Amino acid sequence: MKLAINIKNITKTYPGVLANSDVSIKVKSGDIHAIVGENGAGKSTLMKILYGMVKPDSGNIEIFENKANMSSPKDSINLGIGMVHQHFMLAKNLTVLENIILGIDRPFLKNIKLSKYKTEIQKVMELYSLNIDLNQYVDELSVGEKQRVEIIKVLYRGAKILILDEPTAVLVPQEVKDLFKNLKDLKNNGVTVLFISHKLDEVLEIADEISVMRSGQMIDTVLNDNVSKTQLAEMMIGKSLPTPPARLTSTDEEVILKVENLKSNDENGRTIFEDVSFEVHKSEILGIAGVEGNGQKEVVEAIIGIQALDSGKVIFKNNDLEKQGTRERLESGISFIPEDRQLQAMIMEMDLTNNVIIGRQNIKKYKSSLGTVKMKNAVNESEKVISAFEVKTPGTSTLATALSGGNQQKFVVGRELEDDPSLLIASQPTRGIDIGAQALIWEKLRNSRDEGLSVLLISADLEELIGLSDRIIVFYQGKLVKEIEAENITPEDLGSYMTGLKK
Amino acid sequence: MKMRFRLVSVSAPIIALTISFGLSSLILLIIGKDPYETFKIMFEYGIRGKSIVSIINRSIPLYISAIAVAVGFKMGLFNIGVEGQYLMGSLVAAYIGAQFSIITPLHILFIIIVAVATSSLWAAIAGYLKVEKGIHEVISTIMLNYIGTGLIAYSLTTIFDEPNSNYDLPRTKELPETGKMPPLNKFFNIEDLQDLHGFLVIAVLVGIFYYWLVWKTTLGFDLRITGSNPIAAKFSGINPNKLVVIAMITSGGFAGLVGLGPLLSYFHRYTIDFPTGLGFAGIGVALLGRNHPFGMAVGALLFAFLQRSAQILDLNDVPKEIEQMMQAFILLIVVVFYEVIRRFIVKQQVKDASKRSDE
Repeated sequence: MKLAINIKNITKTYPGVLANSDVSIKVKSGDIHAIVGENGAGKSTLMKILYGMVKPDSGNIEIFENKANMSSPKDSINLGIGMVHQHFMLAKNLTVLENIILGIDRPFLKNIKLSKYKTEIQKVMELYSLNIDLNQYVDELSVGEKQRVEIIKVLYRGAKILILDEPTAVLVPQEVKDLFKNLKDLKNNGVTVLFISHKLDEVLEIADEISVMRSGQMIDTVLNDNVSKTQLAEMMIGKSLPTPPARLTSTDEEVILKVENLKSNDENGRTIFEDVSFEVHKSEILGIAGVEGNGQKEVVEAIIGIQALDSGKVIFKNNDLEKQGTRERLESGISFIPEDRQLQAMIMEMDLTNNVIIGRQNIKKYKSSLGTVKMKNAVNESEKVISAFEVKTPGTSTLATALSGGNQQKFVVGRELEDDPSLLIASQPTRGIDIGAQALIWEKLRNSRDEGLSVLLISADLEELIGLSDRIIVFYQGKLVKEIEAENITPEDLGSYMTGLKK
Repeated sequence: MKMRFRLVSVSAPIIALTISFGLSSLILLIIGKDPYETFKIMFEYGIRGKSIVSIINRSIPLYISAIAVAVGFKMGLFNIGVEGQYLMGSLVAAYIGAQFSIITPLHILFIIIVAVATSSLWAAIAGYLKVEKGIHEVISTIMLNYIGTGLIAYSLTTIFDEPNSNYDLPRTKELPETGKMPPLNKFFNIEDLQDLHGFLVIAVLVGIFYYWLVWKTTLGFDLRITGSNPIAAKFSGINPNKLVVIAMITSGGFAGLVGLGPLLSYFHRYTIDFPTGLGFAGIGVALLGRNHPFGMAVGALLFAFLQRSAQILDLNDVPKEIEQMMQAFILLIVVVFYEVIRRFIVKQQVKDASKRSDE
């Protein structure tokens, strides 16, 4: 059978991150091929390379069995590749028709022949049974319809390979159904679809073949018929990393954090999470399991006051935090390690001395009575963090961007543990870093826990979650579906709860 | 190591200056003038005693205006409204300051407070609109400039016009002697030259205060991290809305001082020929000086020097517009080279760090 895409040994590194490591994948022409993997697994980088937005460090790409050399999306479009981004690229104050032809016709002081385009586009729509009113303004369309416009747009440009980046993330269930019907029609008309997702149910429903990526590597490509959801979940999450040792001390009875009936909707009224209640005890690590996008990230952001709540209570050491902003919450003894260190935790173009202050800029250690920053203390603290967490750096005046990913992460974890917080919220604390740094962070987290720290741990790495946690709660579709003692569970079982297989 | 990076940073404006001199020479050659002669005349005229006093006087409002803009730039906020803010502040301060007389230091302090309060209030409108209504500050401050100009034109002819004046054009009452800033000529033994504006002292203090505020205080820290990475800033507990309003008010407060150099030391009243355009000129100086108090001082002096020394050119049959072109060349080129330098420094640091990791 003819191959639509043949990617061979692609490697791409960014400073501090190995995004794609020797990735190869074959996509058969006329297939719906899914690529699954957690966030940060390298799916997006691979798609950007395929679409000509990013140049790989090494490796080859063949499109329809011809060697391809893309240096811009334009080259890819000419080769018949079209991409529908997760965030739509539409001009909302133009009509559907205008959006579709945008950038095709380059008239200079002459009329655009709208009627000509209209008939051409209608032909494309008929061929693939895609329906939409071409005269409607994009502003008036539903999310699913906007996506359809994007699909028509790339098909009209002659795409024979359609890349869909997390297409269902923004859709409601009915719209997902419509999309899948459309995709099947496309397939029947010979279009190859590359479907990026981390929702295993959907992937199993629609895809012919499934490729699994994990931490920058292609794990395997399997036929849909030969694989179960559990097997996919295992491949996606992996079990090859070193296992953290079991705990020695026992959990305290005292409740540090208590959340009651948390509920939040996004601006389109879709529920992000609801009915979320749990407690974290002193000297306990509570793990949160869940496939990306099931509301767990937003719940922890609500606890530190970044995600707005529609209802529910967050009680920290018997104080209701409702009236407190993020700053007050952080100062009252909650530390936070966000999932993206470069985007959320550090200022990349500032040095480590300045970075140690971030999140603490108003506490006495760093703020004098005059309102000035106590730089000397910051230098001391950053030196302390560097030596305690074995951060490899020339010194405290090195820019954060100059460090490797593992060293950046060690610095962030060290900073957050420095002031003896009562509660640490750690979101993906060891994602995308080397095994040495990972082992060090695990050790530090365990030691702090044994000394009385409460930790709320979110991790996509189930071995890490089971090995570190005392108790685990599982999120599925915005709800807390299961609570389990960590010692009584295997990654396989946990995977089944996370994917809704077991209840 | 830090020293090495500092030297590299200084090279950008020097390169920009050299290239823009080269480009200006080229243009002079094209229009048939001798570039060497032209620059020689400019330089010789520019370093005369009288010229130097004039250059310093001109640079005072330019410098303060640059600082007003830079406060916003530091957090990624573009206050294009310094122009309207300082004109509003100057008018109100000129009017209220002329209504009474107390001892000089108090009188001047009072005028300063009035100007700062008026300008911050005017700037706060843009802050409010951004936070509450989501209107981008560039749009709102530009609009507020127009509204301010209109308000000034109207109120100057009605409310603020000097009563019973036999002067044809509208203007406020003159400040009493106690409201005038004494010149500094005595201190420098240059009593034969024109007045060296006493507001120079304030400008220096403003520069020091700006440095302290942005680089030494936690508020400045918040401003800078918001400017570099708004997402990390939010995760660190900064309330972005509150900070926008604070930054806008602070920027407007500095803007209030822009017009006071000319007002207190030279004009002593608000007239229709009160200097305009200083708010926009400040944007260029802030860019050239990279929002750094010392860099902006050099930038303000450089632009003031070019403005002053170009005045001799007409007498020598060289169009003095060459000076405006030079300013524009400098700004364009310096922006490019700052970016080149920034990338170089980051690269060097990555190298140093990876060397350290290999050990």
